[in-house]
Amino acid sequence: MSEEQIKNLETQFEARIARDEKIEPKDWMPEKYRKTHIRQMSQHAHSEIVGMLPEGNWITRAPSLRRKVALLAKVQDEAGHGLYLYSACETLGVSREELYEQLHSGKAKYSSIFNYPTVTWADMGAVGWLVDGAAIINQVPLCNTSYGPYARAMVRVCKEESFHQRQGYEIMIKLANGTPEQKELAQDALNRWWWPSLMMLGPTDAESIHTEQSMKWKLKRKSNDDLRQQFIDQTVPQAELIGLTIPDPDLKWNEERQSYDFGEINWDEFWQVVKGHGPCNKERMKARVGAWEEGEWVRDAAMAYAEKKRNRKEKLAI
Amino acid sequence: MKNKNLYNYILGIADNSLILGQRLGSLTGHGPSLETDIACTNMSLDLFGQVRSYYQYAAKIAGDNRTEDDIAMLRKEREYVNVLLVEQPNTDFAYTMARQFLFDVYHLSFLQELQKSKDLTLSAIANKSIKEVSYHLRFSSDWIKRLGDGTAVSHQKMQDAIDGLWTYTDELFHQTEADKAMVAEGIGVDVTLLKEAYYEKVKAILDESTLQTPESKWFQKGGKEGVHTEHLGYLLAELQYMQRAYPNMEW
Repeated sequence: MSEEQIKNLETQFEARIARDEKIEPKDWMPEKYRKTHIRQMSQHAHSEIVGMLPEGNWITRAPSLRRKVALLAKVQDEAGHGLYLYSACETLGVSREELYEQLHSGKAKYSSIFNYPTVTWADMGAVGWLVDGAAIINQVPLCNTSYGPYARAMVRVCKEESFHQRQGYEIMIKLANGTPEQKELAQDALNRWWWPSLMMLGPTDAESIHTEQSMKWKLKRKSNDDLRQQFIDQTVPQAELIGLTIPDPDLKWNEERQSYDFGEINWDEFWQVVKGHGPCNKERMKARVGAWEEGEWVRDAAMAYAEKKRNRKEKLAI
Repeated sequence: MKNKNLYNYILGIADNSLILGQRLGSLTGHGPSLETDIACTNMSLDLFGQVRSYYQYAAKIAGDNRTEDDIAMLRKEREYVNVLLVEQPNTDFAYTMARQFLFDVYHLSFLQELQKSKDLTLSAIANKSIKEVSYHLRFSSDWIKRLGDGTAVSHQKMQDAIDGLWTYTDELFHQTEADKAMVAEGIGVDVTLLKEAYYEKVKAILDESTLQTPESKWFQKGGKEGVHTEHLGYLLAELQYMQRAYPNMEW
């Protein structure tokens, strides 16, 4: 294809996106579009499956049967999200094995929030309320993103995430209205998860490298700073309602902006965790790589069995 | 308690699901593939769902203020009456699937009989659970076949698991005093009548999977009387942690 032809295709492609048409797997697309989508969608898929670990950590210790069932269902939903998102990635010509390899080698990233430990039961509330809350703010705009399989996956993911967020908040309500000891658990969890949740919405706009291109492709529709403000404005009243205090002495309502002003985020901590030096980066990778390596003989057996079955069928057919 | 036999009988059924559900739940996020991970979590969820129905009914029968969670989490080691099979650890995926399979074959045939119980609540729970447990059995049987007739490595691991767990199968067919009383009232299932078909079904699947059916006649028992293997105490320590550390609170 000549350069001119490619240019022409690119122009048509950008025009389709501008008209809000969906791009489907078999459509022509610029290589950069394909790569950017594989990167973002796989990062999202990895976040779902690594995200199973901090919450899976409390399944055996959930305080009641009702909570245990809800937590199991939630973690199972996350595995399901991982599955659709890996499948959506596969439509762009990359295999799940390759994507796992990128995760295990550290080439691909996942959301840094999951490198923080879940040390008490209240963390199940805080993670649902804050982490899923921030995730929804990030993800709802993606239901209208330009790549069809991603947009459709996100519709379902967002519905379930919104349920998880309410479930997390409900855990917090119960703790906040419980005994002084329970309230203390809730406040402590909020103290530990608040700032990492704000960081989840990404570096400030000035530092964000992918934003402009992603905006054009509707992979991103609002800037990180706008999303963060939206999250804060939405979450502060929820904390107040249940009598918990946001751990930010600089937080105050700005009448003029009709928004909350908030304190300085510790970006050094953010980059430290992103670069692999958070409290649980090593444990999370060890768990994922361990599950994959220990599962190899199982996957090999399944392949060998399927092969034998196919051969037997063929023999019967002859 | 007025109906102590019925209460104990329900616990004898439900404790199996509780302990097996807890074992499966601890694997979430660590499975050999995303699909098996989802399936094991799903089976755990099904089992805990069943547990809740049984314990809620048992709590009603007890007639004091005890709740499903008190029954699940506040008994002592000797008061759990699950069979030894379900408390065995997740040694590897072969053990996990063999434990599941050896229990599922029993569980499905048990529920099919429990469905006929004169006790309408138990019959209804059985009816609902059969759909779930039929799936569990299909899933575990498929894995017995895949691993048994897969590679040399998987075959050996699955044979080891079946050999290792075989000693816990006979206990499934032991009757407690509560069992006998409930059978006499037309409420309970006579498990002794399930035994022959169980071993036939298990052998058929093992044959198809190119696995040997163990010939050992030495069996372990005690779970139904509350005398467990050493594994159970640790499982309970996790299961009960929150209720013990923060007593008398609502969650």
